[in-house]
Amino acid sequence: MTALLEIKDLHVGYGQVEAVLGVSLELEKGQIVSVIGPNGAGKTTLLSACIGLLPSRGTILFDGEPIGGLGVEARVARGLCLVPESRELFGEMSVSDNLLLGAYSKRPTRSELLARRDHVYERFPRLAERRRQRADTLSGGERQMLALGRALMSKPRVLMLDEPSLGLAPLIVEEILRIVHDLRQDGVSVLLVEQNALAALNVSDYGYVLETGEVALHGPSAELISEERIFASYLGGV
Amino acid sequence: MSWDIAMILTVDGLGAASIYLLAGLGLVLVFSVTRVIFVPFGDIAVFGALTLAYLETGRIPPTIALVATLAALTVLVEIVRLIRQGTHAAIPRTVLNWGLLPLLPCLPAMLLAGGDLPTYLTVLLALALVVPITPLMARLVFHPIADASVLVLLIAALVMHFLLSGLGLLFFGPEGFRTQPFLRGAIEVLPGITASYQILLMIGASLVLAALFFVAFERTMIGKALRATALNRVGAQLVGIRPAATATVTFCLASLLAGFVGILIAPATTMYYDSGLAIGLKAFVGAIIGGLSSYPLTALGSLAVGLLESFASFWNGAMKDVIVFSLLIPALLVRSHFSTHAEDDAEEEV
Amino acid sequence: MKRELSLRFIAAFTVVGLILAPHVFGRFTVSLFNDIGMATLVVLGLVLLSGIGGVISFGQAAFVGIAAYASAWLNTSLGFSPWLGLFFAVGFTATSALIIGALTLRLGGHYLPLSTIAWGLSVPLLFGNIAALGRHSGIIDIAPLQIGGWELLSPVAAFYVIWALVGLVAIFCYNLLDSRTGRVLRAVRGGKVLLASFGADIFLARLKLFVLSAMIAAIAGWLYAHVNRFVSPAPFSLHASIEYVFMMVVGGIADLAGAFAGATVVIALRSVLQDVLPIFSDYAAQIQSVVFSILFILLLHHARGGLLKVLSPWLERKPVRNKVGWAETASSLKRRDLPAKGAPLLKVEGVVKRFRGLVAVNEVSFDISAGEIVGLIGPNGAGKSTMFNLLTGTLPLSGGRIEFLGTEISGKSQKEIALMGIARTFQHVKLRPQMSVLENVALGAHARASSGFLRGGLNLDSTEEASIFAEARHQISRIGLSQRELDNAGSLPLGLQRMVEIARSLASDPMLLILDEPAAGLRKAEKRALSDLLARLREEGVTILIVEHDMEFVMNLVDRLVVMNFGTRLFEGDPAAARADCGVRAAYLGEAA
Repeated sequence: MTALLEIKDLHVGYGQVEAVLGVSLELEKGQIVSVIGPNGAGKTTLLSACIGLLPSRGTILFDGEPIGGLGVEARVARGLCLVPESRELFGEMSVSDNLLLGAYSKRPTRSELLARRDHVYERFPRLAERRRQRADTLSGGERQMLALGRALMSKPRVLMLDEPSLGLAPLIVEEILRIVHDLRQDGVSVLLVEQNALAALNVSDYGYVLETGEVALHGPSAELISEERIFASYLGGV
Repeated sequence: MSWDIAMILTVDGLGAASIYLLAGLGLVLVFSVTRVIFVPFGDIAVFGALTLAYLETGRIPPTIALVATLAALTVLVEIVRLIRQGTHAAIPRTVLNWGLLPLLPCLPAMLLAGGDLPTYLTVLLALALVVPITPLMARLVFHPIADASVLVLLIAALVMHFLLSGLGLLFFGPEGFRTQPFLRGAIEVLPGITASYQILLMIGASLVLAALFFVAFERTMIGKALRATALNRVGAQLVGIRPAATATVTFCLASLLAGFVGILIAPATTMYYDSGLAIGLKAFVGAIIGGLSSYPLTALGSLAVGLLESFASFWNGAMKDVIVFSLLIPALLVRSHFSTHAEDDAEEEV
Repeated sequence: MKRELSLRFIAAFTVVGLILAPHVFGRFTVSLFNDIGMATLVVLGLVLLSGIGGVISFGQAAFVGIAAYASAWLNTSLGFSPWLGLFFAVGFTATSALIIGALTLRLGGHYLPLSTIAWGLSVPLLFGNIAALGRHSGIIDIAPLQIGGWELLSPVAAFYVIWALVGLVAIFCYNLLDSRTGRVLRAVRGGKVLLASFGADIFLARLKLFVLSAMIAAIAGWLYAHVNRFVSPAPFSLHASIEYVFMMVVGGIADLAGAFAGATVVIALRSVLQDVLPIFSDYAAQIQSVVFSILFILLLHHARGGLLKVLSPWLERKPVRNKVGWAETASSLKRRDLPAKGAPLLKVEGVVKRFRGLVAVNEVSFDISAGEIVGLIGPNGAGKSTMFNLLTGTLPLSGGRIEFLGTEISGKSQKEIALMGIARTFQHVKLRPQMSVLENVALGAHARASSGFLRGGLNLDSTEEASIFAEARHQISRIGLSQRELDNAGSLPLGLQRMVEIARSLASDPMLLILDEPAAGLRKAEKRALSDLLARLREEGVTILIVEHDMEFVMNLVDRLVVMNFGTRLFEGDPAAARADCGVRAAYLGEAA
């Protein structure tokens, strides 16, 4: 079985600094793969390069085809989708408009568009309550839900989530991660970047630990959880 | 100044304000979507006015030749770029989009122009001929540097103004034109105060257009995509909106608005090939009052500029432009005071 | 290597060429050279303002006009001599610039260049509407320049005056840029926070640049009035202003020499087009503007760095200039009295910061004593950066107080806090990449010296400069980078850049050093080197607060840790205890769900 998303020896740098140094990873269909590591390890940079926001050297294969030369929109149109750490919502537009724009790349029919939106409302009842509210009036948790919902509107094949738990209260983190877990049933593969290492490993099948731009460790999540090395990379080994 | 004079000046000011309103909306639209401060807006409007004048007097408008030249140039540049990139497959589509599509309005214009046309047809033709100019120009000038700083884009826009006014002289010649008013006669709006139908038409048309503009932005998917791009560039890319495509749509809309401005102003003032800068810059003062982002504030700003200009011309005709442009500095000061941008990271590079 | 031409050779060649030019060329060409000289002056000022200061002006021709009209009016209406006119013109223009600058230079982002369009447009319109200035027909019969009763009527005579002035102004500018004030001016593009960090004010620096560039434009305007002996509004229009910007971009915005290159190329090209175009069309002037516009657009597309940048592979790489030799005898700069080890230095009491509804920092308190290293750590979003900004005065407090050496500093500006002896570094390194390591570090000592504008430009500051550079070199040796002190700061790897920032802070003779995420993005070896350096500094008595995310980095370095999470203080104590603390573990790794 070939991987849906395959990254081989990827290098990404901005200006002087090279933040990702030869990272390779694979994401198979229906899998949740987590990438964990301390601040500055290059996790966000890795995702930005995958979606095409940053130029990179190396190979990115999506469904077996190289997509490294494509623009962001072309990658999105193929079914790759990123929910960035900064969410990047359309703050002055309503929740509903944010969701509708989520499907822009697929240009579905009007009825299909509304059906998709209702589906998102079902999954996030809180967004349905606030459908007319402006996105920038939402709370942190609701924003994250809106960002996720907007991403789901395009029916992505690979969803990349950057720090979905950042700055959220523990209860909301749990809810979000539960939704991520559910997505698998809909056939969505997820690449999850998290600092909240234990939580991420708990929902994922496979994990990669990034340290200063390199994969320090990888393996099935269940095995990684018990690794003392992860602890060390966060808190400093003696 | 008596009350009568004040009212007459107010009516005149409202007429001017309606022009600046449309132009201001165009400027805000272009800036918010593409970050280009589109100084040459007025030049495009002048092309609209001159095209109308040519059609009205039964001559073939040189706009056709201008559009054809620009289309040919754009196709050439695009093909060179595609060949360099090695993406030959895209050439036919490029020729279609940038070569043939812009020429579409030229065909009826060539067939019809020269005869005695009804007013509505001259207006339609003039609008249709002006629409391709801005997107073609923008593709040539702004697209290759779309990622540059606002400052570089501003410099490019200023240069584009000189380019357009130069082309204006080459294609339209140095003489000034004033077209026939669409409506004649006047109405007494208040006892003793009359307003010409033409001014009322200007005000009405610009209000209707502005309203249409709002509806299109709120209700259509394209409108939403444009707003989204203006609000959050990265967010727009992440949902699959292509910046280059939205830019082209934006410039088409701006061109259309400029066309309307030209057609509404043509019967009111004599237009020369170089009348554009003053129109563009005054509208720009209004748009700055709106922070180059808020449409309602831009409308208010345009109103202020129109009225100020009208009253200033009564006080001192020669100095009215100085007075209007000087309004820019207090407007900027107020704007800058309320804007919360991080000054610190603004390391602009040229 | 042999292909590289020495700049000095080019300069000498140019000077000799200029001296001989009037004897070789005809009157017409000499007049052209005169135009080039006057334009070079204006563009010199523009390069200072835009290339160095980052402020693009579309109104420079207005200043040329103000000066030209001022001197012309003084001469024709009151009969004053042109030489008195020079002082009047420059003074009047400087005052105008001071007023316009004071009004507009606080404008941020693109609002500033836009405001220049406003007065670039209004000022010439004003000339055309004032009766005393002859309205649109202008002022005629202006007296020519006189030297000892000898009237400089011929273009050749004017030629020498113009180019002598160009030379003097250029030398003044070069000297200025290589002085204490000049270094600040060159750092302006690094932003307000950078300047405040060594006690300089960005608004003042920009205002100085703005007035200086207007004064240089004024000299050109004065020359224009008395060489052409006629002024009218047209040559000072917005169009002319934009043409000056064009010349600057053509020549290369980053270097003073670009002014000469740009003015020469543009004016020469214009002259050629004026000869050639009438053959093809009746509208030669307009075609000229079309041709110019197209060339300019091509330049923006393909060679935004300008001619000098395009030619730079063939030019000698510029050695780092410093007019000061390495005087070993330089007197050292004054130092502060450091508090005794263990004395209380910084006191943070119940500090609160709210952003609208959100509480980013909630009732955080901690102390720092002289001579220790304290780490302020926490996961992403814990409020560390906010705390950092509160300490350095970048953000105002919502509640609580911060005391430094017994004085309350909450409410003081960044600059005031920096001047009190709190030095900082930046998470995203703020060095000036095109300045040498030495000059970057010298910036840190800015507040410890006093030479100003004139002393810098006239080269009267060498004693003080020697002391500043002696101090800078001392700090560079402290971080072990003496080998690379002449390299451009931008050419160093990130780890060394962080160290240079520390040297810059040390050059201000601080009592407390606050480091903002110094380990972010560093490789393992770089982190080790940095941590060794910090340990060494502690031994030398420097007090340090490290705001950091990376626990590994701080663990073995600090005396004490303050851990933040969700805006509150989670823990305070020694590193070993922090590692054992359940709360800290959970904050970093997530709840063991």
